[in-house]
Amino acid sequence: MNRMFLVFAFLAFAINLPAQKFSAEKTYIKFFSDATIEDIAAENTKASSIFNQETGDVVFSVPIKEFEFDKSLMKEHFNEKYMESEQYPKATFQGKISGYQTSTSGEQKATAAGKLTIHGVTQDVQIPGTMENIKGAWKMKAKFMVKLVDYKIKIPQLLWKNIAEEVEVTVEFNYKSL
Amino acid sequence: MKKFFTVSLLFVSFGVFAQDDLMKELEKGQKPEINYVGQTFKGTRIINGQSVESKGKGELEFIFAHRFDKINTGSYNAWGFDGFAVVRLGLEYGITDRLGVSIGRNFNTANKMVDAYVRYKVARQSTGAKSFPVTITAIGTVTYQAFPNAADATANSLALPSTADRMAYVVEVPIARKFSSKFSAQVTPIFVHRNAVNKSFENNDDYAVAVAARYKISRSVSLVGEYCDRLNANSSSPFYNSAGFGFDIETGGHVFQLIFTNSLGLNPNTIVTQTDGNINKGDIRFGFNITRTFQLTKRK
Repeated sequence: MNRMFLVFAFLAFAINLPAQKFSAEKTYIKFFSDATIEDIAAENTKASSIFNQETGDVVFSVPIKEFEFDKSLMKEHFNEKYMESEQYPKATFQGKISGYQTSTSGEQKATAAGKLTIHGVTQDVQIPGTMENIKGAWKMKAKFMVKLVDYKIKIPQLLWKNIAEEVEVTVEFNYKSL
Repeated sequence: MKKFFTVSLLFVSFGVFAQDDLMKELEKGQKPEINYVGQTFKGTRIINGQSVESKGKGELEFIFAHRFDKINTGSYNAWGFDGFAVVRLGLEYGITDRLGVSIGRNFNTANKMVDAYVRYKVARQSTGAKSFPVTITAIGTVTYQAFPNAADATANSLALPSTADRMAYVVEVPIARKFSSKFSAQVTPIFVHRNAVNKSFENNDDYAVAVAARYKISRSVSLVGEYCDRLNANSSSPFYNSAGFGFDIETGGHVFQLIFTNSLGLNPNTIVTQTDGNINKGDIRFGFNITRTFQLTKRK
């Protein structure tokens, strides 16, 4: 029994530890809110991520203050009123990507499942996207909707309804081997 | 079966640990950042006085400031709404996130004041890789009093002032700290130089210190208060220290500031040196500042 346990423990380590890890060298996150008064879009290129191609484990960290808008005031309101970024400076994702083959080149469909934390609220999510293996490096793309109410992001009553209750998030990450 | 269960449990737990470890690895690899503290106050004005806030790059702020007559003038005067009021319309433009320029004009028959100022955010409160406790802004203002012209001078039997005599200069250095997302406080050393004064009760050079604070009572509404102490007021000065309190209400691109104050002036030199309301007698005026911000050039 003891020996069996050790073998399995070793196996578990062996599978998890010496795996092939990739870190994101180029990241791009965009969100888009389509509302009656004005469309609001913001881009962020300051996110970071590590991806383990053997296990599919992946983590993201997105600094909220680095979302850039067309208007200074939008950025101010986004940080102060919606995301409360002094209190919740980062959005994170911790999960596993499945459905891809490391040996296949070209674009393939994959799904990321895990915990998405925005505005201090964690939700279990499933995000469909694509993975592309380009000469040993990875390109990851996904597009999904985020409901503000799921993350307790409130729209101030005094603001006119110029932000949609659901925003579209586009993610494009390029990884290279660590 | 038991073995299988133990092993499965191991795999599962290691899987979760792997993600946590990965997150730790990610955080370790991140460079320490500088987090600048923003939105110390809602607008460029706290009540009468300037705040440390500057406009963002490419932003144009239109400010409409209005002070009515004293509330204690009573019902016949509609609690000040009937009486002599002053209006200042101003524009401030952000050349960079830290440097701004402004022009403005007072609309009233008593001084017809024209003003211009330059604002520069010298230091920003920050945490993280570089920590600094306060935000410091420097503001230099020049004002020109257009009243009286030759006809008005004759009609009021006044000497016609020279151009130099119409000028005044003000330097303000607001220093503010945002203590929490709700509470901010500011102290402002102020220097005023007026070229022409009545020496029997006024000084050419005045020094003052203003203190101010704001407390956010909701995400869009704040309470603000301000007091300006004249350090070398002339002993025969008929004027008072300026004080005020009010509410800031923010709605998208607009900020509405509803104000109660004993000052009538809308320029730093008149606010500091010519506040005519005696608070002890209840000489309070109602007023407001309304600002609208336009983004002229895209940030990206």
